[in-house]
Amino acid sequence: MPRRVHLKNEYLETRLVRRRIILSAIFIFVLLGVLLGRLYVLQILDYNHFTTLSDKNRIRIKALPPGRGLIYDRNGVIMANNLPAYRLEIIKEQVEDLDQTLIDLKQYVYYSDLDLRLYLQAANRRRSFESIPLRLNLNDEEVARLAVNLYKFDGVEINARLTRNYPQGDHAVHALGYVGRIDVKDLENVNDNNYAGTSHIGKLGLEKFYEPQLHGTVGVQQVEVNSRGRTLRVLSETPPIPGDNLHLTIDSKLQKVAEQAFGNLTGSVVAINPRNGEVLALVSMPKFDPNLFVNGISYKNYDKLRNSNQQPMFNRALSGQYPPGSTTKPFFGLAGLETQTVNSQTKIFCRGFYRLPKKEHKYRDWKKQGHGHMNLKGAITQSCDVYFYSLSYRMGIDKMSAFLEKFGFGKKTGIDSTGEVTGLLPSREWKRKTLNQPWFPGETLNTGIGQGTFLVTPLQLANSTGALSLNGLRYRPHLVKALENGYSGNKTDVPIEQVSEDGVSKKSNWQQVHKGMLNVVHGLRGTASGINRGLTYTIAGKTGTAQVYGIAQDDEYDEDTVINRLRDHALFMSYAPSENPRIAVAVIVENGGHGSSVAAPIARKVLDAYLVNSEKSGSGSGDGSQP
Amino acid sequence: MKNMSDTGDYSRLRRLLDALNIDPVLLTLLVILSTFGIVLLYSGSGSNMDLIVRQLTRLSLGLFLFILVANVPLRILKGLSFWLYLFGVLLLLAVIFFGEIGKGAQRWLDLGIIRFQPSEILKLAVPMMVASYLSDRVLPIGLKDLFVSVVLVLIPVMLIARQPDLGTAILVGSAGAFVLFLAGVRWRIILSLMFLLSLMAPLLWKFALHDYQRSRILTMFDPESDPLGSGYHIIQSKIAIGSGGNYGKGWLNGTQSQFDFIPERSTDFIFSVFGEEFGFFGGVILILLYLSIIFRGLYIAARSKDTYGQLVAGAISLTFFVYLFVNIGMVSGMLPVVGVPLPLISYGGTSMVTLLIGFGLIMSIRSTKRFLG
Repeated sequence: MPRRVHLKNEYLETRLVRRRIILSAIFIFVLLGVLLGRLYVLQILDYNHFTTLSDKNRIRIKALPPGRGLIYDRNGVIMANNLPAYRLEIIKEQVEDLDQTLIDLKQYVYYSDLDLRLYLQAANRRRSFESIPLRLNLNDEEVARLAVNLYKFDGVEINARLTRNYPQGDHAVHALGYVGRIDVKDLENVNDNNYAGTSHIGKLGLEKFYEPQLHGTVGVQQVEVNSRGRTLRVLSETPPIPGDNLHLTIDSKLQKVAEQAFGNLTGSVVAINPRNGEVLALVSMPKFDPNLFVNGISYKNYDKLRNSNQQPMFNRALSGQYPPGSTTKPFFGLAGLETQTVNSQTKIFCRGFYRLPKKEHKYRDWKKQGHGHMNLKGAITQSCDVYFYSLSYRMGIDKMSAFLEKFGFGKKTGIDSTGEVTGLLPSREWKRKTLNQPWFPGETLNTGIGQGTFLVTPLQLANSTGALSLNGLRYRPHLVKALENGYSGNKTDVPIEQVSEDGVSKKSNWQQVHKGMLNVVHGLRGTASGINRGLTYTIAGKTGTAQVYGIAQDDEYDEDTVINRLRDHALFMSYAPSENPRIAVAVIVENGGHGSSVAAPIARKVLDAYLVNSEKSGSGSGDGSQP
Repeated sequence: MKNMSDTGDYSRLRRLLDALNIDPVLLTLLVILSTFGIVLLYSGSGSNMDLIVRQLTRLSLGLFLFILVANVPLRILKGLSFWLYLFGVLLLLAVIFFGEIGKGAQRWLDLGIIRFQPSEILKLAVPMMVASYLSDRVLPIGLKDLFVSVVLVLIPVMLIARQPDLGTAILVGSAGAFVLFLAGVRWRIILSLMFLLSLMAPLLWKFALHDYQRSRILTMFDPESDPLGSGYHIIQSKIAIGSGGNYGKGWLNGTQSQFDFIPERSTDFIFSVFGEEFGFFGGVILILLYLSIIFRGLYIAARSKDTYGQLVAGAISLTFFVYLFVNIGMVSGMLPVVGVPLPLISYGGTSMVTLLIGFGLIMSIRSTKRFLG
């Protein structure tokens, strides 16, 4: 082939392009012929087939919503089920004038603006022949009044549908969460088609976390309808697959004991089986009734909940962050031994305060007159602040925060629920990053007694107490023990997940700390010795009292509550039996005063219920906790 | 022509159109099509006058821009090609960082007053850019120029496909490909590229497509497998078109359409409404009308003496055909549902305006021919 002359020749080029244009015109002609052929097949050859489908039989596809999975506690006590409830539903297509119908309906039944908004959202999203609820949970009177007037309204129906119900009301609400009516936003993360026909979705807690498992798979029904949309016959049906049932690790009885132990106090209890991370009780007080949210909570009720000083909707167990106070002492004590800052013989003289070298400021002990000579064990038992000031100063913040990180402080535990926060483990790096400030030695001392910027959640405290009891062995806490297939009944256990193991060099180091904690309850001078009366087993524990400075709640000024607000938080962490730990419990009582007098007795009741009373009644709540 | 110019009104109109650089044939065809589009949209929207008014507003804006672009000299348009292309690609990048998400895809850019899809710009900018690059080179093009052009096309196509907006990516990609085809890429290169593409198809299937795109393609072959999701659209659309028969059920009388069986019946699936209400006979006429517009565009391209003009006019006309083919193909269950509107009829602002600007470009190319010839 001769080499082309690379010169632009407008005439030749135009001719080349013109040839290609003619070629593509022919191509187009052929392809449009294909399109016409396709239309010929559909409209002429298959006309009879399609016209039958379109004209005579109107075939509709109806979604059959699956039954939501049930929730049981670890012993099979029902926590959440589904009950039939009457709903007012509208089929848009059959309504002559929707706006007028909505106005007219108001004469017979109340519905709120929220009901209307959610109805309109759903009606826009779904096909016009689908039955969309306007009002849920009609009472008998409303049903009766509507039923006699229904003839006036085409396309308006009363249907009984299964609706989520929490038979025990506010019991364990912060563990369960709740479902609510679907909002457009909820559908962003789910398959829209699978929610055709579903009216509720998990909004919080387990209900939200396990939404994919609880929901199930939508069924489909092909039905033939007449020209007014009424079903004539069912042509084919794929039944829905119900969602999985959840079997919780929560022991409803234990949970109840913990809830009752609180009385009118606010705060949180978390009880964990340290050997597998099963959460046995997850309490946040006060509680609220999740059933209110299922059918759309009224503004009045919602305001009442939201504006309550006690913040009942706040899940303290997972989202509450508190200064851990003296409950940190066993951890820092262990850190001191491990970093060889101190040994078990090291004695520090406590005269009621501590001074940094060459500084005037006094760091006070809670006991004005001082504890005298203290070793580590005694300092834990009597909660001597001066010992830990001195220990912290010598260890330094870097070693302290590095060691406590091993126990999960400052990080989410990864529990299978929503709303968990990280707490805050102070460190030099954290301060530089977030506040852009250097670390001061005084802060090291405050951190050493669990004050200052240090924050933990009750769940973290329970989980790390469990780890402490088993020489560092730590599991991811979880609320669901097993998923049960709603159709076949097959159970699948949720795998337990080990997070960390023993990272401490000497067994005797653990023993020092364990002994100190045992003496907190059983020792003569233990800060929680008040709860040891009549004990048939051994408890290792640690009290804590956390100073409150300024709560981030800007409510109106009210003398009684303000005074109450300034009171310290009371904390208690514990595990039992101390020689063979089966349960770890963390208690935080907001503004409770002293850990010893307020928080520790609550823990005792929980431990009794788990270790003593349940064995007597033989309910088997301790299963899976054999050493 | 001579006897027609005797009638006073006609000759005055003719002079006006000449002065405005408008081709009377193409204008007539476009006006017939868009008028019919409005009539059909009235039925497809369920007699929604608000929607009609909005569509008419966009049509007016489109016609204004059509006339405006028709009067911009071609060499200026050619000079703008690169800048428009660069601007479009930068906006596509902006969408990635600042874009709004609608219906699961990130395509919109909110400029405060208006929200628009930057990918629309590329429908014109890509053929203009490639044509401007190639028209300065010797045709038929060599391998190096081919490579550069392919990269120029692929950059925006990839950016649009990842939004994900497969429909627009196909339109932009084919616009670029048409320029290359018209510029005389040799047949053996075309054939080997096609061969390569068919080899890569399984990989593209696995990695380049989103789950929903895969499911649409699968449901095209077996619509019954997903009756609540994408299969529903195809099933109902086929019933609508098929039940139209010879002459259709009549305007506003399509039961499938009016009873809301057809999803997106005012936008991408408006041809289902048309097929049901106007039948096969109407379909033949509509397709002939489209064919006339495409052929008129190709005719103007063929007559032009300027390579840039030829390439751009040809590519725009051919892309117009792709709209038509893909849209009718997908609503009749022949092609997967990819979201391409029925040109100048489907409800939706930006695509209508872009199409009319495209025809404005063709007008400008047509008048340039006259100066040269």
